[in-house]
Amino acid sequence: MIGSLDILANASLWAAVLRIATPLIFGVLGALVCERAGVLNLGIEGIMTLGAMVGWLTVYWGGDLWTGLAMAVAAGMAMGFLHALLTVPLGLSQHVSGLGITLFASSLSYFLYRLWVQVGDLPPTIEPFKPLPVPYLSAIPFLGEAVFTQMPPTYLAFAMVLFVAWVLGRTPLGLALRMTGENPHAVEAQGLNPIRIRIGAVMAGSGLMALGGAFLTTGAFNSFFPTMVQGRGWICIALVVFASWRPGKALLGAILFALFDAFQLRLQTTTPGVPYQLFLMAPYLLSIVALILVARRARVPEALMTPYRRGER
Amino acid sequence: MRFERREDISLPALLLAPFAAIAVALVLCAGLIAMAGVSPLTAYAEMLRGAYGSRLAVTETLTRASPLILTGLAAAVAFRARLWNIGGEGQFYMGALMTAALGHSAVAALPLPLAWAVLVVAGMAAGAVLLLVPAILRLRFGVDEVVTTLLLNFVVLLFVGLMVEGVLKDPMAFGWPQSVPVASALRLPDLVPRSRLHIGLVLAIVMALVVWIVQSRSVFGAQTRAAGLNPSAAAFAGVPLTATLVKVAALSGGLAGLAGVIEVLGPLGYVTTTMSPGFGYAGIVVAMLAALHPVGVVAASVFVATVFVGADAMSRATGVPSFIADVIMSVALLAMLTALLFTTYRVRR
Amino acid sequence: MTGPVLELDGITKRFGTLLANDTVSLALAKGEVLALLGENGAGKTTLMNILFGHYAADAGEVRVNGKPLPAGTPRAAIAAGVGMVHQHFTLAGNLTVLENIVIGAQPLWSTSLHRDSAAARIRELSATFGLPVDPDARVADLSVGERQRVEILKALYRDARILILDEPTAVLARPEADQLFRILRGMAQSGLSIIFISHKLHEVMDASDRVVVLRGGKVVAERATAATTPAELAELMVGRAVTRPKRQAHATGAPVITARGLSASAGGGMRLDAVDFDLSKGEILGIVGVSGNGQAMLGRVLSGLARADSGTLAFQGQDIARLTPRQAVRLGLGRIPEDRHAEGVVGDLALWENAVLERLPEVSRWGFVRRAMARARTADLIRRFDIRGATPDTRTRLLSGGNMQKLILGRNLAANPPFLLANQPTRGLDEGAIAAVHAELLQARADGAAILLITEDLDEAMALSDRLQAIVKGRLSDPIPAEQADARKLGLMMAGVWTQETAHAL
Repeated sequence: MIGSLDILANASLWAAVLRIATPLIFGVLGALVCERAGVLNLGIEGIMTLGAMVGWLTVYWGGDLWTGLAMAVAAGMAMGFLHALLTVPLGLSQHVSGLGITLFASSLSYFLYRLWVQVGDLPPTIEPFKPLPVPYLSAIPFLGEAVFTQMPPTYLAFAMVLFVAWVLGRTPLGLALRMTGENPHAVEAQGLNPIRIRIGAVMAGSGLMALGGAFLTTGAFNSFFPTMVQGRGWICIALVVFASWRPGKALLGAILFALFDAFQLRLQTTTPGVPYQLFLMAPYLLSIVALILVARRARVPEALMTPYRRGER
Repeated sequence: MRFERREDISLPALLLAPFAAIAVALVLCAGLIAMAGVSPLTAYAEMLRGAYGSRLAVTETLTRASPLILTGLAAAVAFRARLWNIGGEGQFYMGALMTAALGHSAVAALPLPLAWAVLVVAGMAAGAVLLLVPAILRLRFGVDEVVTTLLLNFVVLLFVGLMVEGVLKDPMAFGWPQSVPVASALRLPDLVPRSRLHIGLVLAIVMALVVWIVQSRSVFGAQTRAAGLNPSAAAFAGVPLTATLVKVAALSGGLAGLAGVIEVLGPLGYVTTTMSPGFGYAGIVVAMLAALHPVGVVAASVFVATVFVGADAMSRATGVPSFIADVIMSVALLAMLTALLFTTYRVRR
Repeated sequence: MTGPVLELDGITKRFGTLLANDTVSLALAKGEVLALLGENGAGKTTLMNILFGHYAADAGEVRVNGKPLPAGTPRAAIAAGVGMVHQHFTLAGNLTVLENIVIGAQPLWSTSLHRDSAAARIRELSATFGLPVDPDARVADLSVGERQRVEILKALYRDARILILDEPTAVLARPEADQLFRILRGMAQSGLSIIFISHKLHEVMDASDRVVVLRGGKVVAERATAATTPAELAELMVGRAVTRPKRQAHATGAPVITARGLSASAGGGMRLDAVDFDLSKGEILGIVGVSGNGQAMLGRVLSGLARADSGTLAFQGQDIARLTPRQAVRLGLGRIPEDRHAEGVVGDLALWENAVLERLPEVSRWGFVRRAMARARTADLIRRFDIRGATPDTRTRLLSGGNMQKLILGRNLAANPPFLLANQPTRGLDEGAIAAVHAELLQARADGAAILLITEDLDEAMALSDRLQAIVKGRLSDPIPAEQADARKLGLMMAGVWTQETAHAL
């Protein structure tokens, strides 16, 4: 056990942690933005899959990596618009619609991938993002390797945490978004349109989710294959609860989770006697345990999952 | 445009809804098929032929429908009580795994009907336990069951992998990760000779009828409906909410587990980690298309099975990726959800 | 004198088959306090929601300072200087007072909330109009009265010149209500124009300059307040002479329910703090109080939804401090819940299912419901309790409030229960339905039931109760006989003044 704790002092482990955390940070922020406005977005798993496919395909077809990410965001926002349309003005069940979006977005991704890409024995690959050392900072011992030698989207993820926290906490738009998640009637009574705010929030959040998916195929891996999201979306939904709907805590949750994941990956190689499935199970079980620990204390947005219809209370 | 609540649920709209949803799905997916350079009419004709073009095709479609009826019932029963069981996939595998584990053990030595009874009860119990965990976490700690049931699907699938590569591994399978087959005497008799269609279909239909009668006529059914529609009023009237939810969870998980049992005892004979083409998730689509009605579940299962079996054949014939089946299903689900709105609301201006 | 600041001209609004507003016209002058008086369901709230832009009218026009207001947008109403204080506050409890007030005041895309200047402006408005409140407090931590001040400040912050208040005193104690009207009067003197909606005659008489009476969606009368009387307004409001039945004095019997030092705090809300009461056969005990003072908890304990932490509660000698709903039904404790939609019925089930839901074991065999028997019982209830326009298979949601309440009364009273909890039994009902419910309660009393009546309506409490107790912050006053009760005395008791010492201190 002492040997396994030594791993923690290893800068390459921490570099891996931040890399593993990147898609989770985008995903959890996306889910958080949707939920803060009062809409549960279970489309996340499919939206991440679609983002992964679209981002990869754009690059495969000759676009540059940033164009890939932008296309992924656009595709995610389109799915978010569909989910918002069904759940906000139509007020349909957010659970069922979200699952429908996940089924739709992932099956559409697989269909289009199979249609447009010739797959041989191995899936075709692209040239993914390369680590970009931050000048000067990357020379710091340990921290330089662990934190400041990451791929650009990872830096973007951290910036996004600050940005989302700033918008939610400090701007009129963020206040309107939070109020819509607490009491949409209060928003309408002040002359704003809660339906538009919710639609906008779900689209923005879905864009972030797709960005997380796109990092999987343009950063963490270099190819697309079905089921590659592997429940990361569901884990993000759990992390939002764990983070009590706060961006800072969401970042912390994503990093803790990634640390655990990186740790179990190393343990898999260092303890070959234990079946690998047990290690792979651990992240899912950990998410459930995290939910149990915080569920009673979580301060849920009051109007989460309550459809808003004008004049109907 | 505004929505105005109808005074009463419109029955014609309710009966029309699934057909409208399916039509919308087929029309929208025609665009995707056209993108593949195939005429949608040809493709749909190939699908119909693939699903019903021969005696074998019909039996394959019905074989596929059998577990779907049960996972569909599992979702319908749970959703009606506002228990969001998205874990049908995991519960299916638990039932299957339990059957494989017991199916070559001492249970196989029991006289036949008794052995079947033991396997059915054990498989249902395995599925039920897997859903009872999230149900109890919700009741005890307030943990949302959607996320926990979803996450448990991944855990169970890894657990199945662990078992079929470990203690349940079939040494005769040339290294393929599959379980030891169940004793051949335990396999369910065929309904149609020389096909894979087995009496599991009859069992599934009987279950649908039983669920229907229990839901509409029993005290438990009345309490479940009241608890699902208005929990506070139900609690005020003395409906034991916790006990009702636990019973619903056991029933729902059990039904999904039963789907795993009949799939192992019927067409397969063993367990692998890829034995389910998403029966659990498709069950949700089935339940929604049926508007959560148990008898409707049977019809919706046949439709979904048609799409899956037909799409495989169509894909082989035309080259359109068979993932089109999943797209059709998911669009049908979203369209059905929208169509159901018009059974309780009408559009004004 | 210039023209009216606000005109409603021929407003008509239909919901399905219901004509909620029928060519309603009225005008409001600068500096005027106008009362909009009407029964529940007369169309007052709909009219004000059209004025504020929550609904679009089917016909008619709203004009502010002579300019037509675009239909269906609260934003336009706010921009025109109209502010609305909703009956159900439109506040977000998890956010601060400041956040609740400033939302919508700035362009959405600006980059800062300017919290400091906003806080200063709120403090200034608070001081000017006598509405003290801490801008940084979380709304969920405020009292009901403070929340109402926040609602008013929201309108003032947006420079409202016309203020609409929907049933503003529904949640206030009498002294708080009096203070509110003093503040409103001050605002009117400084040039604001005010409309308040009410069904309480005394506050209309006390606080308004002019009264418009609405009945069945139509304006039936308009009077200068000084030139009318409560009796005239009452008749105009109800439209016919409905007389509520009156309690006849009679001897009460043996004790049925006894509570000693009963405390409960389960599940949030105002707790119940060591209360004592006794209730005898054939007696109605009225518990009066401003909503939110522990009535809900008392109701929950007596209906088996919450358990007492300490103290005793005995029903015919049996301990019921840890009652469950099922035991309550079995023991014969009748219960009318506080909110009939939320707790009384399952709206989407048929009438017969709601009628027997509490008593499924009585109408089932082998775990299956005997539907014919259940329907027959329900048909009997419909006849005996005069539930109109319904068959056993009617969807319960379609019943009017009065008929729904008769169904709930009926399923409880059919078994002649020795005890009945009547929690806000006439809230939201019109006069005709109120009279019918009162008649049933008095009949049950005559048949020997012990009835605990929890109500905010003082007229109802005084008309029905043999004895009265006030509930304030979870504590109960000592009982007073009905003969000694009057509105003033009860108002003071509801404000927490019930002992000689505190009365003198006031």
